[in-house]
Amino acid sequence: MYDSGKVITGLLAFAVLVTLPFWYTAAGGKGGFRPEPKLAPGLEGKKCVESKAFMRASHMDLLNLWRDEVVRQDLRVHFSPDGRAFEKSLTNTCLKCHSNTGEFCDRCHNYVGVQPYCWDCHMEKKLKGAE
Amino acid sequence: MIEYAFKGSKRYWSWVIILLLIIGAGVGTGVYQWFKGLGITGMGRDIPWGFYIAQFTFLVGVAASAVMVVLPYYLHHYKTFARMTVLGEFVAIAACIMCMTFIFVDMGRPDRILNVFLHPTPNSLMFWDTVVLFGYLVLNSVIAWTTFRAERQDITPPRWIKPFIYLSIPWAFSIHTVTAFLYSGLEGRPFWMSAILAPRFLASAFAAGPALVVVACLIVRKYTRYDPGVDAIRALGKVIAYAMTANFFFIGLELFTGLYSDIPHHVHHFEYLFLGHGGHAGLVPWIWTSVLLGLIGLVMLIVPKTRNNLSTLGFASVLVFVSLWIDKGMAMVIVGFIPTPLGYYLDYHPTLPELTISAGVYAMGLLIITALYKMAITVRERDLYPGG
Amino acid sequence: MDEDRRKFLKLAGVAALGIGSASLVKTVNGKERRSGKFPQALEGKRWAMVIDLAKCQEHEGCTLCMNACNQVHNIPHFDDPRHEIKWIWKEPFENALPNQEEDFLEQGVSKGPAVVLCNHCERPPCVRVCPTQATFKREDGIVMMDMHRCIGCRYCIVACPYGSRSFNWQDPHLGLGDINPGYPTRMRGVVEKCIFCEERLAKGKLPACVEACPYGALTFGDLDDPGSKVRKLLKSRYAVRRKVELGTRPGVFYLV
Repeated sequence: MYDSGKVITGLLAFAVLVTLPFWYTAAGGKGGFRPEPKLAPGLEGKKCVESKAFMRASHMDLLNLWRDEVVRQDLRVHFSPDGRAFEKSLTNTCLKCHSNTGEFCDRCHNYVGVQPYCWDCHMEKKLKGAE
Repeated sequence: MIEYAFKGSKRYWSWVIILLLIIGAGVGTGVYQWFKGLGITGMGRDIPWGFYIAQFTFLVGVAASAVMVVLPYYLHHYKTFARMTVLGEFVAIAACIMCMTFIFVDMGRPDRILNVFLHPTPNSLMFWDTVVLFGYLVLNSVIAWTTFRAERQDITPPRWIKPFIYLSIPWAFSIHTVTAFLYSGLEGRPFWMSAILAPRFLASAFAAGPALVVVACLIVRKYTRYDPGVDAIRALGKVIAYAMTANFFFIGLELFTGLYSDIPHHVHHFEYLFLGHGGHAGLVPWIWTSVLLGLIGLVMLIVPKTRNNLSTLGFASVLVFVSLWIDKGMAMVIVGFIPTPLGYYLDYHPTLPELTISAGVYAMGLLIITALYKMAITVRERDLYPGG
Repeated sequence: MDEDRRKFLKLAGVAALGIGSASLVKTVNGKERRSGKFPQALEGKRWAMVIDLAKCQEHEGCTLCMNACNQVHNIPHFDDPRHEIKWIWKEPFENALPNQEEDFLEQGVSKGPAVVLCNHCERPPCVRVCPTQATFKREDGIVMMDMHRCIGCRYCIVACPYGSRSFNWQDPHLGLGDINPGYPTRMRGVVEKCIFCEERLAKGKLPACVEACPYGALTFGDLDDPGSKVRKLLKSRYAVRRKVELGTRPGVFYLV
């Protein structure tokens, strides 16, 4: 192999760079950082349209379903498992309670690096506490 | 084989760099369009399709016209076209890619392009156009690559390629027919709603495409040691002459039906195109230029003396190509919108960003043709002149 | 899902809302979610509008219906006519209803303007050409627009014989003043048009333009219901539609 020294050094440098986040964590950096979404005041103890576990894992799927059902099937009411009825609306239902989108939504979205563009159209007030 | 495209003279590289610069300008302007929206073009509420879609329409024709060299060679064993066929197929490949790029830059939400396949809609001609165009690109790429590789290795092409070649012939007709259907199936646009639109598209394509191949072959002859064959180039001249005659005949049919019936909403479009209306005459100078160039070119192609002389044939081919480019790449799409469904007249002016993006797409197509031709010619020069 | 379970869920939904409403079950990540309509929703089989031109033209320069629509639906205003977004607006009679003007000179309505909007055709060309079903016809006859799915190819605008569709040539927020938080805005690159206020019908309200016209020039109702107001008007007066010769069968009628 030509230039084997340079090639191997280069490969090693590349491997170190790629795994840098792991080394950083292992070296006691901000390891194990987890975003902590904060509920808006007065929401403790209140029930969402679905269980906390379901919402945490699947709120985006539920919103996609809502979107298609409202626009394409004219089905505008969501029934939670215990029979409560909600209007399927990001602005008028979700954000009515979760008014602190910056602390509640953006923290996780930023952490996982997703940029949902729902709010470009579905939220016309300035996002409160946007980060 | 592809490595031959990366070795070339200074002249070759200067040409490539010029193309790359134009592509760069196009990409930069494309990014600007992505962030600003299609409002940076000359299109608007009343003229929702403009320069991009017109270029797409014209280039589908160029892509389809490869069949004019493929069909005589493979179906009638017309050996004269032996050394030209692959050049025609390469033009088709480049044209297909340009078509797709023009559609892409015309989309309001190109990020959602997969919706066309996620929600396939057989009643939409747009869906079928996407399907046939993509199929044609695949077909031509496979055929050109397989036959050319066989030629390089001095063996006969594998037998399995034959069905694909035969399939590519009706497929070529289908891409331009479906593109015409895109327009001719709309009850609200009387200028396009004509059964002869598809044949007219094919006729103009079978003139413009071979005209481009003639010009390309003449350039290849001049600047390289490879000769696609004088007889082949002359034979293409005949193809252009017939197709151009059919094209003018079909336009005459359109004019007769539209004008003699005297139905206002038919007459209005022709009136705007050829005479203008109430101070709006944006296409009048263009269409008369097109008619004039087309007629001169046609006469030169019909007269055997000027058709068989390579320099006059080349000149006539340029005239025909420019004439048909104006007819399809400027006039045909725009006139369909004027007057508007609400009866208003206005003019369409493509903007500088719009033209820059279009130039970028064309430069990309030319770069593809250049690279593919370079490859083909290098291989053949080696066969013809072994040892340099 | 078997029929009994569906019935049960429907009843459960009904119980939750108090009054009857449709119900449907969908699965999200393995879990069943139930959906329904508002009990007060207005339901029809073929929604239509009847426009009384004489009544409308008594009030020259009136823009109440248009203002209401623009405000409710967050329709931006742009000075450049190329970039305009229009759901409902006025056109001279001969532009809106070409080749129909001479027949009705006596009544005089062909001299004034006509309110135009999406016709919600029974056989809509825009729906026929859309490559993604972003625009589609609902069971109640409304030609609906799914702006989440639209790829912005504008084939529907090309196909519409009435010029009823608009494209967002730029970010619509640039042309918006006060925003109605009850209705979403749009993004650049998608097509939009009048949707017969389906979002209001779903909550039991008439279209905004109909509600805003104090002169009763606009009437909305179900064409399939012989007792509806629109049917009564069409029975008693002569009405025309735009470009009937194309066979699109518009759902907007003009009393002349």
